[in-house]
Amino acid sequence: MNGLDLVVLLGSLLSIAVYATWHTRRHRDLSHYLKGDENVGWLTIGISVAATQASAVTFISTPGQGYASGLDFVQNYFGMPLALVLIAAVFLPIYRRLNVYTAYEYLGQRFDAKTRLLGAALFLVQRGLGAGLTIYAPAIILSTVLGWRLDLTIILSGMVVIIYTVAGGSRAVHLTQKYQMSIIFGGMATAFVILLLKLPAHFGDALTIAGGFHKLNAVSFSLDPDRRYTFWTGVLGGFFLALSYFGTDQSQVQRYIGGSSLRAGRLGLLFNAVLKIPMQFLILLLGVMLFVFYQLDQPPLFFNQAAWTQAARHDASGKLQALEQDFNATCARKEDSIRQWLDAKHSGDHEAEAAARAQAQAALDRSDALRAQAKDFMDKNDPGVKSNDADYVFVRFILDHLPHGLIGLLMAAFFAAALQSKSAELSALGSTTTVDFYRHLLKREASDAHYVAASKWFTLLWGLVALAFALFANLTENLIQAVNIVGSVFYGVVLAMFLVAFFLKRIGGTAVFWSALAAQTLVLVMYHYLNISYLWYNFIGPAACILFSLIIQTAIGWNRQGADRG
Amino acid sequence: MNPPQADPSPVGVASDAKDGATGLPWVHTWNGVYAIVISSFVLWVLLLLALTLGYS
Repeated sequence: MNGLDLVVLLGSLLSIAVYATWHTRRHRDLSHYLKGDENVGWLTIGISVAATQASAVTFISTPGQGYASGLDFVQNYFGMPLALVLIAAVFLPIYRRLNVYTAYEYLGQRFDAKTRLLGAALFLVQRGLGAGLTIYAPAIILSTVLGWRLDLTIILSGMVVIIYTVAGGSRAVHLTQKYQMSIIFGGMATAFVILLLKLPAHFGDALTIAGGFHKLNAVSFSLDPDRRYTFWTGVLGGFFLALSYFGTDQSQVQRYIGGSSLRAGRLGLLFNAVLKIPMQFLILLLGVMLFVFYQLDQPPLFFNQAAWTQAARHDASGKLQALEQDFNATCARKEDSIRQWLDAKHSGDHEAEAAARAQAQAALDRSDALRAQAKDFMDKNDPGVKSNDADYVFVRFILDHLPHGLIGLLMAAFFAAALQSKSAELSALGSTTTVDFYRHLLKREASDAHYVAASKWFTLLWGLVALAFALFANLTENLIQAVNIVGSVFYGVVLAMFLVAFFLKRIGGTAVFWSALAAQTLVLVMYHYLNISYLWYNFIGPAACILFSLIIQTAIGWNRQGADRG
Repeated sequence: MNPPQADPSPVGVASDAKDGATGLPWVHTWNGVYAIVISSFVLWVLLLLALTLGYS
């Protein structure tokens, strides 16, 4: 980062702050503040839905996921188009007909107050945790770029997010997200093109290298329950995860219930149904191409330069330096083997091709082992260091290989994406606390100005909770996976409450309330003791809750459900 | 059981009444739009499968 990058970065951030403050300085009423303008079209809704989901985590961590594990993560999104079709056809018309502020108001109208509060509470817990995780992402960028401590960076960037979100409402979220997404897509496309131009091999050879190292295995029909991403976990688990997130998570529902018409909401959702899989594929492919690039160009032993510098400074034994020398020599041997492999392939010498490929694989295994040793050493000497290095791969490439100006723009785009995604989440947390708890339980009759002020205070409170979680969470997972794991553990049961409400008309509030509590307990216990793919919880949670609802409703009598409502 | 009660003056109802049409030039029913969305999903799965098999 040089002066030009800093000017671009700070200028962009300042522009965003001024823009949001200017456009959100007046709020006509609570609806205007919580739902935004009533006249937004389908494209604005579609982009807003995409922007809320695709935070900075998506653009920083997903290339790292592609670098480390290849394309198989794309299967996580296989259930999403089907889920969005169901939401557009069934969920959205009901939300609009009832004219609710939050999705959980519907549970209150369909069942009873306690079920509404349980649904809202589960949302607040899981989204509060998720909000903490996504505050973590921009902090990674700035800590790497500026060489700051990660915890200080979390506090500073988190406070910016909180101030911006409290000042802005749903209007600001809608207004700014489309511009942010334009900047992000432009920046990502430019970075991808520059990466392809800098590849020391043709694109076809790059695919050969990636395929030879098993990075292009995008679809697997394996039935192994320990395997995290397969076609089946993607279609089943991904379907329920997307149905929960887009259909019942207030941060998303808030994006599309306030549109100009049912048609606008539907087209906005279906725009995402078509867009998401190719978008995730391209971001993962960017990560795979980064992997290829660093097979033919000397990679650092540790991509998180700030952590590496700090560890090397305190390494009196010289262990890290020795590991780095060994690693560099191994990478040089690997590069030679890969070039021999490609030459043999082009000349049609299959025997030499297989031998060179085996040598390259052995060198890759060796370099991976050296990385693992370095990580272990760094963890042992400083347990506080965030050693999940895959999240730093893309940022490191940008810093080392993109021209100045573009570096600042990409950093600004990441940070802006994080702000907008976080703004939508915190706004939804504030809305739900205000509408489903404060207005419903504590102060039923008050002016809109009072509720707008209350919503701002609750948004501030949730911002501080998220900040605290981001500070004290010790993440062992890749960021994008950590966000999905939190969602998978809590979303399923909330979804089941809505599925029962929509499709099992004879089940009442008491049955679904106790079933949801039991199913959530079951999922938490299974997550603690079992080691199955987390995507299965998106299926297990709803299945358990629906089954328990049927059993409890049968036990208390099918003719009593009408009396449950209260 | 009490069915969900509609708000007497929901903001979206007036505009929603004319939402039966998709407003798209080539697809006039929502079922047609849903079919296109699902077809695009199937196409992507097939392309990804071809990539997997082609480079495994």
